[in-house]
Amino acid sequence: MHDLRRRRRPGETAIEGLLLLCGAVSIATTAAIVWVLVSNGLSFFADFSAVDFLTGTVWQPKGSPQLFGVLPLLAGTLLVAGIALVVAVPLGLGAATYLSEYARPGVRRVLKPLLEILAGVPTVVYGYFALRTVTPLLQRVLGDESVDVFNALSAGLVMGIMIIPTVASLSEDAMRSVPEALREGAFGLGSGRRRVATRVVIPSALSGIAASVILGISRAVGETMIVAVAAGSTPNLTIDVRESIQTMTGYIAQVSLGDSQQGTVDYQSIFAVGLTLFVMTLLLNLLSQRFVRRFRQVYQ
Amino acid sequence: MTALAPQHDRGNGSLGARSNRSHRFGEISFHALLLLCTGVGLIVLAILLVTVSRRGAPQLSVDFLDRFPSRRPAQAGVKAALFGSIWLIGLTLAISVPVSVGAAIYLEEIAPRNWFTRVIEVNIANLAGVPSIIYGILALGVVARGLGLGFSLWTGAIALSLLSFPVIVIAARESIRAVPSSIRQGAFALGATRWQTIRRAVLPSSMGGIVTGCILAMSRALGEAAPLLLLGALVFSASVPNDPSDRYTALPLQIFNWINRPQSGFQINAAAGSMVLLGILLTVNAVAIVLRGRGRRTW
Repeated sequence: MHDLRRRRRPGETAIEGLLLLCGAVSIATTAAIVWVLVSNGLSFFADFSAVDFLTGTVWQPKGSPQLFGVLPLLAGTLLVAGIALVVAVPLGLGAATYLSEYARPGVRRVLKPLLEILAGVPTVVYGYFALRTVTPLLQRVLGDESVDVFNALSAGLVMGIMIIPTVASLSEDAMRSVPEALREGAFGLGSGRRRVATRVVIPSALSGIAASVILGISRAVGETMIVAVAAGSTPNLTIDVRESIQTMTGYIAQVSLGDSQQGTVDYQSIFAVGLTLFVMTLLLNLLSQRFVRRFRQVYQ
Repeated sequence: MTALAPQHDRGNGSLGARSNRSHRFGEISFHALLLLCTGVGLIVLAILLVTVSRRGAPQLSVDFLDRFPSRRPAQAGVKAALFGSIWLIGLTLAISVPVSVGAAIYLEEIAPRNWFTRVIEVNIANLAGVPSIIYGILALGVVARGLGLGFSLWTGAIALSLLSFPVIVIAARESIRAVPSSIRQGAFALGATRWQTIRRAVLPSSMGGIVTGCILAMSRALGEAAPLLLLGALVFSASVPNDPSDRYTALPLQIFNWINRPQSGFQINAAAGSMVLLGILLTVNAVAIVLRGRGRRTW
């Protein structure tokens, strides 16, 4: 008999080739990101030593001597991300526990999309809120002189609110995939709901929770507008959250606004900072994906 | 939590009335604590919406939508930024939707299970986590300079398209995967080719999820400012773009521009601009939620 499967269909082949190309766009994008960052980064490192970049404690691209020690920017990034996590991890985890273990289906259907709105508010609006509402509030509570107009604390607090849904939704996924039998076992031994949640569900969902926290860190590290508006532009190696600081993303934003000429060392520095940022978030994302795969493997 | 736990470790068998009450108290207070955690985010959201609206309301009017930026805050408006954003989103949709949905179809319906497919999958997952400002650097190096498109609408739209790509692919794949294989087998049994099956059976059945994914990606792109900052979109623009090769400004950048000015009049404008942006986003999201409800099928 005539085998229909062997019949050549040029139209079909062409369409499938086109769809393959669409998929390949992802590879081209990644390759282009790496190429832009590495080639421009290398031209920066030809002018300024990579070792000094990674270990230097002074970042003064406009000063003389020009110094590009990335540690102050890194410290600023981690400081803001740290504050954001202090807000987002307990609140996100609490919300996830509530949605997964306590809320009735109807309540959950309403609360979940409402919580998701937090991730949908434009970050520039969050920045405005941090600078014009949260900072004045902090100044009133902690004292006008002690809190700078631009400070790490208000940017970090608002960023924490922004990443609550990131932490909550992945953690909730993990908690819901904990088998019902484990809960029933614990209830059968006389545990209340709280102990089932804290002693059975949360420990069993730990890898998913870890994944959500790491993803939250990655979001916080890569966020630009909130810090560009509210955290300041003072590369500052400090752990005082009331001071003006600068993050890696904030620096890139500042250079793009400034009058640096293309091709100069201080303009090229955004590629070196971008490369550092890209490598950091990539490692965090890969780590997070590993944890996700683990909880999927265990329970699904 | 752990520090408190040993008190309750003796089990319920020997509980007297007193510890039973403290047990109940623990349960109730834990429940309240969780509710509080869920509520804090929503309360902050409400405060944000209220303060922004109260500050921006005096400036918000139809006129505000129809005026160009000005050095005098009271006479400034968002017209250039609004049209810039509309152009940007239109172009972004036109570029990213076909490519992203095509990639999703490829991965779900056509791709063989081999290393190349896995590379694409891992890649897309990683692209979803790349900070948006990195897409700005990418477009700056490759599109603005490499392709010579400069700081035009094209460059901005390509940056936002690449940013939306993983978002749409992930949503579309999920929706396509939810179509049961019996639908495909039915089409094949009627003699349809693979593409005919996709086009006439799979895509229509998964349209709800795909459209929702596209809308959500668009609303993200609409609020995005960081990559455009690098692409020269923060300009004083007293005209509406007519052509994709024109320069432009966008709503989030207009807001950013106003925030950075010291005069209090511009702060009011920033709040009013935020209201416009939030209004558009909430409308778009409401449409997405309605579509999701309507498009949801149980097989």
